[in-house]
Amino acid sequence: MKVFKISQAELDNMVALWSQSRKVYRPAVGRQQQAQPDYGPGWRKAEGASPLTVPIGPAAGSVKTFLFPQPETMMTYSLKTGDPDRGLMKEPAKLTESQVVVGLRPCDARSVLLNNLPFREDPFYQANLERTVFVGFTCDESLSTCFCEQMGGSPLDSDGLDIAFSRAENGYLAEILTPKGEELMAGLNLAPAANSDITALADRRKERPGKDTAILNTMQGKDLNKLYEAPLWQPLGDSCINCGACTFICPTCYCFDIQDEVVKGSGRRIRYWDSCMFPLYSLHTTGHNPRGRKLQRTRNRFMHKLKYFPERFGPFSCVGCGRCVQDCPVNIDIREVMADLLTVE
Amino acid sequence: MPTINEKISEEIRAQAKKLLAEGTVAAVIGYASGSLPMTVKPLVVRRPEDCGKLLWNTFCVLNLANFLPEVLKSVEPPRGPRDPKPEGPLPKVAIMATGCWSRNIVVQIQEHQVERERVVVMGVGSRGMVSRRKVEALFAGREILAVEELDHDLIVRGSGFEEKINRWSVVRDNCQTCTHPDPLLVDVRIGEPVSDRKNPNPFKQVDELEAKSAAERWGWFTSEFATCIRCYACRNACPLCYCPTCFVDDAKPQWVGKSLDATDTGLFHVMRAYHCAGRCTDCGACESVCPMGINMRLLTKKLNKDVLNLYGIEAGMQPDSPLPLTTYKINDPQKFIVTEAGAGKEGE
Repeated sequence: MKVFKISQAELDNMVALWSQSRKVYRPAVGRQQQAQPDYGPGWRKAEGASPLTVPIGPAAGSVKTFLFPQPETMMTYSLKTGDPDRGLMKEPAKLTESQVVVGLRPCDARSVLLNNLPFREDPFYQANLERTVFVGFTCDESLSTCFCEQMGGSPLDSDGLDIAFSRAENGYLAEILTPKGEELMAGLNLAPAANSDITALADRRKERPGKDTAILNTMQGKDLNKLYEAPLWQPLGDSCINCGACTFICPTCYCFDIQDEVVKGSGRRIRYWDSCMFPLYSLHTTGHNPRGRKLQRTRNRFMHKLKYFPERFGPFSCVGCGRCVQDCPVNIDIREVMADLLTVE
Repeated sequence: MPTINEKISEEIRAQAKKLLAEGTVAAVIGYASGSLPMTVKPLVVRRPEDCGKLLWNTFCVLNLANFLPEVLKSVEPPRGPRDPKPEGPLPKVAIMATGCWSRNIVVQIQEHQVERERVVVMGVGSRGMVSRRKVEALFAGREILAVEELDHDLIVRGSGFEEKINRWSVVRDNCQTCTHPDPLLVDVRIGEPVSDRKNPNPFKQVDELEAKSAAERWGWFTSEFATCIRCYACRNACPLCYCPTCFVDDAKPQWVGKSLDATDTGLFHVMRAYHCAGRCTDCGACESVCPMGINMRLLTKKLNKDVLNLYGIEAGMQPDSPLPLTTYKINDPQKFIVTEAGAGKEGE
């Protein structure tokens, strides 16, 4: 692995250079930026040489917008009379254009890997993953709502990134972690990092290893049925308003629904974000709804993240970014839910 | 000395405990403390011993009337969908209510979502609720770790800073322009009544928008709603939105597209606002809960202005009068109706 020492000016120049030949995205600062056809709110396109500042804590928008866009075209078709291809489903052209996401934090980088577990055979997710280069920044400072370590992550970790920037004296250390990262850095005349800087970073990582497994282990030892029947769900079901805010801002909520949209004879089959908070999500064609009550839907979201997903794939389906903690309209705090679940005997 | 809201909190706890212990009500809808500064949790208390959790502060931005129909249902004895209503009175529910929330309860009663005799309104005069966003905007880039509430100031603390700010300066826009802060329905009075506020122009924000050209208004509309993620927090926080299936969720027929297309998103917001015409009390819950900070409240505020000007009605102010938009009077203003004879003569 190559490690370079990079100054802020060099970093800004690099971002400007990349944006000449590729689409480069960076976190939007201040008021939420508008959604665009190719990405959601919270990000903006990096253009020209404006200094890159990465806000403390996760970016306003989660990184899933680049891999699991809202919406994503799965098929196209024509319903025009006389069209010889009328009614024929066609695959859209595969997206291959390279995109660079600069400024994500280790929590979001980890979400890419976690979502890849259910999406490992999903051609759309895989195509987007292949064309995206992740340039992330490890965290020196956290917000009070950050809890990545409890969920198995670490603020200084580089998992899921192609290039990891970490604070060093008078600039950054850039670790080039993958061939995609190497390709992005190719041709740049950069100074290799001094051994002392590399050791300093390694020492910081040793001091704060994170990646706690205590909660995961305890939760996995709990009886699913007892967690399901626990009295803690009653107050959550009372207060939850069943909006989709938590699921849509969550980097690891990945549920979708599929619909056909036809405009003037041209149709497209899209998949778009769905939320287990919505009654329609679990409504059967018979009219029966197995999660017809609010409490059942609220319970499902937490049980999925903290019990069902780990049983199926291993880790929690939560990276501890704290976005839902900040933005839940009724202050349902997943850290409190988790603490309550851990007391269930 | 305890602050006004600390005294109110004490009274709420005592009254709620009394109502539950006496068996007057089966549940009390109120607020408990939140896990972050400037947040509260809506709480349904069903046992007298849990009343200690209840509190009142300047951050109670959700409209509790939103929870009322469901909590009323939850305290009824269980019965099947086709079983008849049980004999005798059904259990009651107590609910905290300020001016606007109490008006929403009036609307719920008028619209037959709630039975008056099953509700015990614990009325609190509102001093205006603080917008968390406004406070955060004052401290951009610095994380707020604690906010202490005094009667007229807030003390905001973070790592390495402590500042005192004026409370009214960060009160929500809807509360600043509110004219009826005292509850309209009161069964149990909490704290002192507050008098109506003389507000020279409660529709100032709407007037400013109306004064713009069509192109400027379109510019405002498209940019304001461009960040919407269609999470429907605005709809779900609204006590007026109680349809079992919302028009945006309907699949047969489908009225609105499901993705982030600007037309679909705009249509959702416009249609939602129109469904609230003549019913909205400008409680501001929609705006307060939006994770993207969209000011969709201006749409309903505009319709509140129109309904007041056209029909002389403010939602929930006259419990015995019929609802403005479900009542026809021969002298109703109908300039907006397109008739065959008038077609093509727009602006006449």
